[in-house]
Order: sequence, then C-alpha cells, then structure tokens
Amino acid sequence: MPLEPVAQLAPALLDSGAGPAASLLGASFREGYVGSIIAVSLYVSLTAVALSTLVSVPAAVAIGLAEFPGKGFVKSVVNTGMGFPSVVVGLVVLFAVSNQGPLGSLELIFTREAMIMSQFVLATPPITAISLAAVSGVDDGVRDAARVLGGTRIDVALVVIKEAKYGIATAVLAGFGRAVSEVGSVLIVGGNITSADGISKTRTLTTAIQLEARQGRYETAMVLGAVLVALVLTVNAIVVRFGDRGVA
Amino acid sequence: MAAVGAGAIVGTAGCSSTNDGGSGDGTGGNGTDGGNSAESVGVAGETLTLTTTTSTYDTGLLDAIHPDFEEMYGVTVDAVAQGTGAALETARNGDSDIVMVHARGLEDEFMRNGYGINRRDLMFNDFVIVGPESDPAGIGGTGSATEALTTIAEAEATFVSRGDNSGTHTKELNLWDAAGTDPGGDWYQETGTGMGEALNIANQQGAYTLSDRGTYISQRSEIDLTILVQGPIEGGPEILANPYGVMAVNPGVHENANYDLAMAYIGWITSPGVQEAIAEYQVNGEQLFFPEAVSEDPDFQQYVPEGWSSDDSDA
Repeated sequence: MPLEPVAQLAPALLDSGAGPAASLLGASFREGYVGSIIAVSLYVSLTAVALSTLVSVPAAVAIGLAEFPGKGFVKSVVNTGMGFPSVVVGLVVLFAVSNQGPLGSLELIFTREAMIMSQFVLATPPITAISLAAVSGVDDGVRDAARVLGGTRIDVALVVIKEAKYGIATAVLAGFGRAVSEVGSVLIVGGNITSADGISKTRTLTTAIQLEARQGRYETAMVLGAVLVALVLTVNAIVVRFGDRGVA
Repeated sequence: MAAVGAGAIVGTAGCSSTNDGGSGDGTGGNGTDGGNSAESVGVAGETLTLTTTTSTYDTGLLDAIHPDFEEMYGVTVDAVAQGTGAALETARNGDSDIVMVHARGLEDEFMRNGYGINRRDLMFNDFVIVGPESDPAGIGGTGSATEALTTIAEAEATFVSRGDNSGTHTKELNLWDAAGTDPGGDWYQETGTGMGEALNIANQQGAYTLSDRGTYISQRSEIDLTILVQGPIEGGPEILANPYGVMAVNPGVHENANYDLAMAYIGWITSPGVQEAIAEYQVNGEQLFFPEAVSEDPDFQQYVPEGWSSDDSDA
C-alpha cells in the first residue's frame, strides 16, 4: 500500500463520514479545500513517520541490545531530542534547503519534501526513545533463549522487536502525534501554500488552523482542530487494531 | 508497512496538475488576446513563488485574481503570506521570485542592496486607527494620526502593536516617530501576530490599534472595534496612506530567480485589465484596494528608492 494514494483516499472517506462537521466546513470553504489539506497533512506526516521508523527502530534495537561505554549518554541525547522546539527545527531545515543553504540547488524550499524533512527530524527522537525503552524492557531470558537456540544477531533482534511490538507501536504513534500536530516547522519550510483555486500544496491542518486563527475566524479554526483530532484518533485506532491482529 | 513509505517520498515532487481547474469566473479576457494558448509560451508549467503580506493574502485578493494569470501563461503562482519584513527576507535569501509588500522604506533598502529590481507602484489603500466604541482616550474626530497617538499615550490607554516587522508595524513605528512619542509601558502591547489576530486581541482588551483598512473591513463583522481616525481614502491625513509595491528579485544576485516569469507577472498585474479587477474586488460590499499602476503621467519615483537621484553617491 503506497502512501500517496492512501493519503488521497482518506479525506474522501473522512469528508463523507464526518457528517455535520463536513457540512459546516463545506459552508465556509471552497470545494476540495479541506480534503486537500487533510491529504497533505497525512502524506507529509505519514511519510515522515515511516522514514523515522525505518531509522529509529533499528537504531533503538541496536542501542538496546549492545553494551558499550557511553550508552547512558546516547540515551540522554535521544531523550533531549524529544524536546526540540519545532520552530527551531523548522529554522534549521530552512537554512539547509534555502537557496543559500547546502541543499539549495535541490529547490526544496516551500515543498512537501522539505516539510517531510523537518517532521522526520521531529519524529525521530520520540520514536527512538520510546522504542529503546520498550526494547530495554524485553526480558533478558527471551534474548538469551533466542541466542541459545542458535539465532543469529538478526534473529535475536527480530525476536526482541516482536516482544516489544506494543511499545514500538506506541513509539510510532507518539512520533505521528508529534509530526501531525506541529505547526512551527511546516509553516516555515512549507510556506502554507494553496493554489488560487483553494487546493492545498503545502498547507496542513495545523497551518490552516493557524491561518484561520490569524484572521479571527475561531469557529472554523476549532472545526479544523476537531478534524485533526479525529484524524489522529483514526490513525491510532488503525494502528492498535493492526497491532492486535498482527502476527502474534 | 514502514518499508513502503520510502518509495513514496521520491517521485511525488510535482503537485496535482490541475491546469483545467474550473474557476471560470476569473477576471477573464482583458483585451489583449496575444499569447492565449499556453503551449506557445515558454514558461508553461513553471512555478512563480510570490512572497507577500498577510493583508493582500488574507483579504482573498490574490486568490481572486491569480487564476487569470495562471491560465494565461499556464503556470502556477505559489503565494506565501508573510509579514513585509519576512517576505523581503525570504526574497533576499533567493527563495522567492517576486515580492508584493507595503513598506516603502524597507522596499527601498531592498532595492539599494541590489536584491530587488523593476519596482512598480501597484495599488494602495490606507491605514485606520481603530478602537472600542467607548473610546476611553477620546481620540474620535481627531484629524491627525500623530495627535491621536499622542493622546493615547498620554491617557495610557491600551494600544496593541503588531510588533512583527510587518508593513503595518513599520508604519506604526513611523507614526510614533512623527508624533515624537516613544511608546512604552504596560499600556503598549507588542503581540507579534498578524493583523487579524492583532484586531482580535485589541477587540478583547478594548484596546486601540493601527490596521490596514482591508483587513479591518474583512473582519469588521466579527469585532466591536470602530474606526476612530480615518485614512486618506475617507478624507483622513495623508500620512496614513498604505501603498503597495511589486518588485522582481534581481537575477544578477540570485541567478535561479525566475526573472522572466516575475516580469510577466509585473506586466500582467500592472495592466489596465487587472488593475480594474483589483478595483472591482470587494469584501462585504466594500472596495479594499485602489489601483495606481496605470497613469497618464510619468512617475519615475516608483522605479527607484524614494528621493533617489542620479547625483546620489550610492548610485
């Protein structure tokens, strides 16, 4: 299941299922506007979290299973990363992707790719830290048993991941929560752009809420906030379900 | 699940191409029918990044007029709404192709530093001083903006300042300067927010603030603030004029700036047809912007920093 089609499908489902909220939004916004910002929110945050997970979970398992001097220090660095203010991350990514920055020639400024980069930076520390806690919590006996049964290091890691799957799922959800709800960095590197016909290019739910609030339209801002909460709730429900049915 | 996401990030750079996008109610057919077919124009498919102010964006003006330009050239305009200071800074870093702002002093500095070229006067509206109906400082009916500010300062009535280096904030600081008053103290509140938010904060606190007329009109139905000092459009002092300018980013400084398209945009937006569309744009039944690009008389000062002459040492 590639992400882009899913991101485009989800708002259609949400729009038809949201009932009164959708009709209230339909009254204040142009057709397709809310759907497109939901799609951009999902596309950017899901991609960022997927990439973060690819990096974070192996890193957490590697750190969790290894014993080395300075392990405590590495843990505190990761934990500190959870507190990065999103605005600062946005500024750093802006400097990187700006025309004057090291990645300037890629012309990433005001694109969804730049937004994915900043959310990747934001989501990676919580996913790593919480996965690390989950991996560290796996009973030593499980690890030893896997080893005694002749498992390679990869086998041992897979067994540990399986044991820690609920903790890792929580980590991924925490990372998604952080990514989809932050406004500071996507506003800076994305530019909150829609086309003239009201279809989002780099506007997410959070930056749309910010735009509504800036203009004093607090009611519509609240409704968009409710959509965001519903979205996070839906993603959580899907992941929890996925976890319960998973290959146990 | 995670593994699939890696592929998705590549290959989605292009945004949903909707060149056929409905919006048939554009400002349509402004006389010139040269270059109507997008295929024949070399810029088709390109993107113009425009950094501008919250006042032009939030009033909905740009969304109303841009479909005409996008259709004519087959391009996309990415309008990024920032304050004037931030809009110019983004352009200074080479991250936008064109700026549309309203703080002549900052625009002049931008030009003098070589970042901006081919500036044109675009349109104007005016600033108004708004406050609660009860008008605790009693500035209502004052014909002078500076006098009104001095009165507010003496009464220590709450005043909400944008405090965000925007065009409106710059104008406010110039006004305090002209009034010879240095605002400070509990009554003077810098919010660091956009105009709409600043109006809301002033509304909730029963405070005074300086607003551009456009944002005030588009928000008037939601707030209880009333205009206490009018701008020049309604016969108020000239010092409250709010002129907007448009400038291309200098391709000599930033070679990847889309200069061709920026100049096409400047030509388009200063053309009689679009200037008329700007005049016809209304919110709540009121005209927000007054075009000033089309004129019989020459106006050389619009192209250069204010007061510039060829004798200047920094020519």
